[in-house]
Amino acid sequence: MSDGVVPAHSVGAGPELPIAWARLHPLSPLAKGGRAVLALVAVTVPRQLAGGGLEQSRLGVDAAVAALVIAAGVVSWLVTRWRVADGELQLELGLLRRQSIRVPLARVQAVDVVRPLAARLLGISELRLVLAGSGTGKARLAFLPQHRAVQVRAQLLALGAGLTGETAEAPERTLASVPNKRLIASTLLGSPAVTVAVLGTLLVVLTVVAPTSVGPVLGAVGTVLFGAAAAAFRRLNVEFNFTVAESPDGLRLKSGLLQTRAETIPAGRVQAVRLIQPLLWRPFGWCRLEVDVAQQREREVGEEDVGQLTRALLPVGDRAQADALLARVLPGAVTHPPPDAQAPRRARFKAPLSYRRLASWHDHEHFVARTGRLQAATVVVPLAKAQSIRWTQGPAQRRLRLATLHLDTAGHRWQAAARDRDLDQANELLRRLPSLARAARAR
Amino acid sequence: MAVFWSTRCEAQGVDYLRPSPRLWRARQAQLAAVAVPVVVVATGLGAVSSLQAALAALLLSLAAAAAAGVVLRRRVQSWGYAERDDDLLVARGVLVRRITVVPYGRMQFLDVTAGPVERLFGLATVQLHTAAAATDARIPGLAASEAARLRDRLAALGEARSAGL
Repeated sequence: MSDGVVPAHSVGAGPELPIAWARLHPLSPLAKGGRAVLALVAVTVPRQLAGGGLEQSRLGVDAAVAALVIAAGVVSWLVTRWRVADGELQLELGLLRRQSIRVPLARVQAVDVVRPLAARLLGISELRLVLAGSGTGKARLAFLPQHRAVQVRAQLLALGAGLTGETAEAPERTLASVPNKRLIASTLLGSPAVTVAVLGTLLVVLTVVAPTSVGPVLGAVGTVLFGAAAAAFRRLNVEFNFTVAESPDGLRLKSGLLQTRAETIPAGRVQAVRLIQPLLWRPFGWCRLEVDVAQQREREVGEEDVGQLTRALLPVGDRAQADALLARVLPGAVTHPPPDAQAPRRARFKAPLSYRRLASWHDHEHFVARTGRLQAATVVVPLAKAQSIRWTQGPAQRRLRLATLHLDTAGHRWQAAARDRDLDQANELLRRLPSLARAARAR
Repeated sequence: MAVFWSTRCEAQGVDYLRPSPRLWRARQAQLAAVAVPVVVVATGLGAVSSLQAALAALLLSLAAAAAAGVVLRRRVQSWGYAERDDDLLVARGVLVRRITVVPYGRMQFLDVTAGPVERLFGLATVQLHTAAAATDARIPGLAASEAARLRDRLAALGEARSAGL
């Protein structure tokens, strides 16, 4: 597939994208079936050993199963082909149910390079194209040789941006990286710390009140602890060795412990940014910056560890770092509220815990809303990305002459909600924001 | 209710269009379909024990039906929509009041649906979808002709002003 001649003016760009149908890397079935093969080995080897020597009949069955798995993988590799033509990535796959997938490169939101553990060992990577619609989980090239994957990503992104496919991989400049010590500390200070604290209190109370029931409860406590540990490890696995770099085609995020992942978020595709400051992080002045792009993650086997997490632009860092990154993604956005941004004092009757934190403000480009006491969150939405604007008023708010204003975006995780604004102010916002958003879109 | 309407209209400086009056009749029919059997069964059950119990059950169930009627009536009255130059406004809600503004350019697709009861009364529901899942722009109880007009107009406007993500 990589037999193109390297043109002199594109040194470093690698061979051209295949115009004729090409196959993926021959080791792909091994990486794809990595889990299946490992599971098979894990089941088979102990069984063979336990038998005190090899048993012909069992060995035969196991070998047959292994052969079937491998054959299926090889067939799937044989029938999968890809090429780039007419500004589209074209994929054909499937033996019995033949599928042909066309991905218009101009619609690509981002291209991720994913390397599961098995693929890392084999030196190959998967390219995953991120699109706005649902059902696009199959837009992926699994797998390509490692260095080639990086080139192909650059070429696909360049084609999508209307440049020639020979454009070299854009240079990048590291903006921030997260020390692993800090990442581990911050992860432990999150849900695991809360879980341990809650369970510890529960156990202490139980020993005092009803010492006999401690025993049975311990089992349940163990399960919960295991769950919390697993969740913490998942986060570490995804966000270990985190760096974010800037390049002309967007922001590059790289991270991962066992499975590494390199994502590019193209400039101008960011739907919303959220800055969160969990309660336990505040003594250290840490915060977390997350981005939302228009896409729907497919739930797939082996992908649950990534799908459940938001894309962190900065998993943990200090406020200055977060503000600097935010300025790259959404220039001009302010995360510190101006003096008149607070919700009115009477909002304390409706939100007694969080009313001090409730604030929202906007300029000609961005709408910002701050909420939350335990997990303080500030959501920044570019007005140009607003899909719809909603005004809501519940019965308690009506008594207090308050209303909430929502800005909905194509992102799927959060929308900006200016909670409990003064009624007149909310009405004014509802009247002004649509035209502001229209002006922002037109720019 | 009147206060809400004046606030909304004044706040946005627009006149809202209302769903067809037949929506209220459709809702009445739906209510009757549930309330009549309930009243009959409740009264019957009361009559098994004594006359007073039957009377009490009848009055209670009638009161419940009346209360439901009032709630439904106010809900039906709360719907309103306005086609402005650049966006569509949908207002609704009794307990929680909502106003949704959807720019025409943000529309991804339009749905016109008519359930069995709606069809009986010649009504249809128009729903707008944007790329945001949270957008809730739905207008129920439009006369079929009005629904078709709205659909065509919105589709044309959406086409003319479509914007990328």
